[in-house]
Amino acid sequence: MRSKHLSIALAGNPNSGKTTIFNNITGTRQKVGNWPGVTVEKKEGHVSKFGYDLIIVDLPGTYSLTPFSLEEIIARDYVLEERPDVVIDIIDASNLERSLYLATQLRELDCKVLFALNMADVAQTRGMKIDDEMLSELLDVPVVFTIGNKNEGIDTLLEKAIELAESSYETPKTRKVKYSKDIEHSISNLERFLENWTEGSIPYNIRWTAIKLLEDDKIVKERILQKAGKNSRDILREAQRHRDFLVGRFDDEPEIVMTDERYGFIFGIIKEVLTTSTKQRVDISRNIDLILTNRFVGFPIFFLFIWAMFELTFSLGAYPMEWIDGGVNLLLTFLDSVLPDNLFKDLLLNGIITGVGSVIVFLPNILILFFCIALFEDTGYMSRAAFLMDKIMHLIGLHGKSFIPMLMGFGCTVPAIMATRTLESEKDRTLTILITPFISCSAKLPVYIILAGTFFGAKAGTVIFSIYLAGIILSIITGRLFRSTILRGADAPFVMELPPYRVPMIKSLLIHMWDRGKIFLKKMGGIILAGSVIVWALLAFPRNVQYSSDYAAEIDRVKASYVAEMTTADEPDKQLLEKRRDAAVAKLIRSKKAEKSEKSFMGRIGKVIAPLFAPLGIDWRGSVALLTGFAAKEIVVSTMGILYVADEEEDSEALKNALLSSDMTPLSALAMMAFVLLYLPCFATAAAIRRETGSFKWMFFSVVYSTLLAWVVAFCVYQGGRVIGFS
Amino acid sequence: MRLSEMKENQTAIIVHVGGNGALRRRILEMGILKGSDIYVEKYAPLKDPIELIVKGYHLSLRVEEAAQIIVDNVK
Repeated sequence: MRSKHLSIALAGNPNSGKTTIFNNITGTRQKVGNWPGVTVEKKEGHVSKFGYDLIIVDLPGTYSLTPFSLEEIIARDYVLEERPDVVIDIIDASNLERSLYLATQLRELDCKVLFALNMADVAQTRGMKIDDEMLSELLDVPVVFTIGNKNEGIDTLLEKAIELAESSYETPKTRKVKYSKDIEHSISNLERFLENWTEGSIPYNIRWTAIKLLEDDKIVKERILQKAGKNSRDILREAQRHRDFLVGRFDDEPEIVMTDERYGFIFGIIKEVLTTSTKQRVDISRNIDLILTNRFVGFPIFFLFIWAMFELTFSLGAYPMEWIDGGVNLLLTFLDSVLPDNLFKDLLLNGIITGVGSVIVFLPNILILFFCIALFEDTGYMSRAAFLMDKIMHLIGLHGKSFIPMLMGFGCTVPAIMATRTLESEKDRTLTILITPFISCSAKLPVYIILAGTFFGAKAGTVIFSIYLAGIILSIITGRLFRSTILRGADAPFVMELPPYRVPMIKSLLIHMWDRGKIFLKKMGGIILAGSVIVWALLAFPRNVQYSSDYAAEIDRVKASYVAEMTTADEPDKQLLEKRRDAAVAKLIRSKKAEKSEKSFMGRIGKVIAPLFAPLGIDWRGSVALLTGFAAKEIVVSTMGILYVADEEEDSEALKNALLSSDMTPLSALAMMAFVLLYLPCFATAAAIRRETGSFKWMFFSVVYSTLLAWVVAFCVYQGGRVIGFS
Repeated sequence: MRLSEMKENQTAIIVHVGGNGALRRRILEMGILKGSDIYVEKYAPLKDPIELIVKGYHLSLRVEEAAQIIVDNVK
């Protein structure tokens, strides 16, 4: 027999323990995706229980169903349009009064609701006693006590949910919020009007629709315009008439008065169901905050935590990175020895494996970073971090929470951009994503070290520090600029709950970490694979390069010339000669490589665009190096190594000497560093921008904007420097 | 007196919530309503935002937002 399907949606305030309950019900059998068209996370899980196939949907955590934020719109639309069989409202029992605000709104929505009074144990230790039977009776809703982190009451909750779904339950007219006389009068008039004029074309509960029209709810008004046909204008006009009347009557907007009255209704319920013992207890969470948000030690501790996160991510992460790198190299060596030399082998080894390998090494960083972030979020520290940093971030027009992603940008931009998911407002998220690439990531450091080390000697440290500082300043300027132009709008208000500290559950930390890792692997894989193949192809083609000299013959000639000498030499001389021979051969191979790069498509493109870089003091070799940096910034150094150094080893000493003897000057080196700091982000970053903003538009915007800015800044540095008299 | 003028560890009763549009409604929905008790737990180290206790939970508001809220009976 096929079991019956039921859909259950979990609603609730942020920090109500909703995700813990979701994780407990679904375990690892959950799917993380995005809600259609937006970047808000959607979690869904399937379980078989009590002979039913249950589809559990975790709605975004919200405080209300007013379409104020994206999360609230999503949560409300899901309940309205997808009509889940049951909605479970997860209520933080220790925070009953405010939690009931969402609960009363769900009650008005005319769906089957069930209350889970979660964290009942916490409430009890706080001296609160909730009369669940009374609550159930007063609102006519089944109520179940749960303790999410101990997995208590979850089965009962599901049982009750199934029972409710199968019952022919009719929402009673009473036991919802009753508003004051004038408002109720307008509601019932509007209800009658709707019934007469829409002929059932509005798919929502009539009373609810009337209430939303009085509240001037933009989304409901749009739906009316779509669905009620020719009468829609009349309906909206009638609603406006009632609104105007109520505004005159209360001297305030109806939605404000109704919010007030909902809380009045809740206050009445609280008086009946909640008894709080007056005995004073120690509030652990408050005591922790005495230290963690303390005026004097709050910031030092915060920086300590951030430093620890950084250390863990990049230092601890370095070990598995090495293993992955070693593994990739092992695979390359193995394939190199077993596969016959042909185009496919070149593509597989130098294109696909090297390219994807250079990105996959970031996986350990990403997993550790997200473990730390999950730890911050699940313990409740994240909101304290935002509390501490908000004043500073507000100067750029951002929310306190934007600090963490921006800081992570110093390590690697990819996880930094993924960390913007912790921001609630989409505008804040987009803005943070756009300015994070200017925070100089660790992959750019080798480039600075080479250039600054070569041309600035003892002052290299100061120069590199200035480059980092320039990145920070430009990200602030860009932030302010975008905030007042393309991403205009008030900053997200800082109405933020500081939830009690909680001991995190290792299971949810791991689930959180793994979700991010999966997204990184799956979605990045595609675009990075494609990008690596393109870069490879540009460097590998055309296949038949007309070399200026016959390198193979030359190598043979060199080898032969040594053979004669070596046969007559003594043992110690022989070794010396052998070394010298190998060096001469290596030099030829490198010259060949350099010429091949020069004559490849990439090299030709480099020469074509070289005039663009000439005003920046960068020659064609620098241009090619910068182009290849699109694959990953570290590659800039290795490309420069290939192109500048026709010498034996591409170690940094050789490159330094070669750079010094090239046309490059300290000034053009500085211009190049500025360019590297700002110009187009690497593939992985571009892919992350595309993924996290949900649009190619922002990705292209970011690529174009940053490259233009890089050019302008490098131009100013080089030409400006020449005007002042530097060289 | 404005909420933003209160000192740490003072309580008051909210008399009026000003401001406009969505933000004002959000503040109300979070339980900052006329007639509710409010307690100023602390100011952030940089003096902004403020941590408040209202309806038994901790909430933070920026000083500019708190300046729109009028309180009375400050103790």
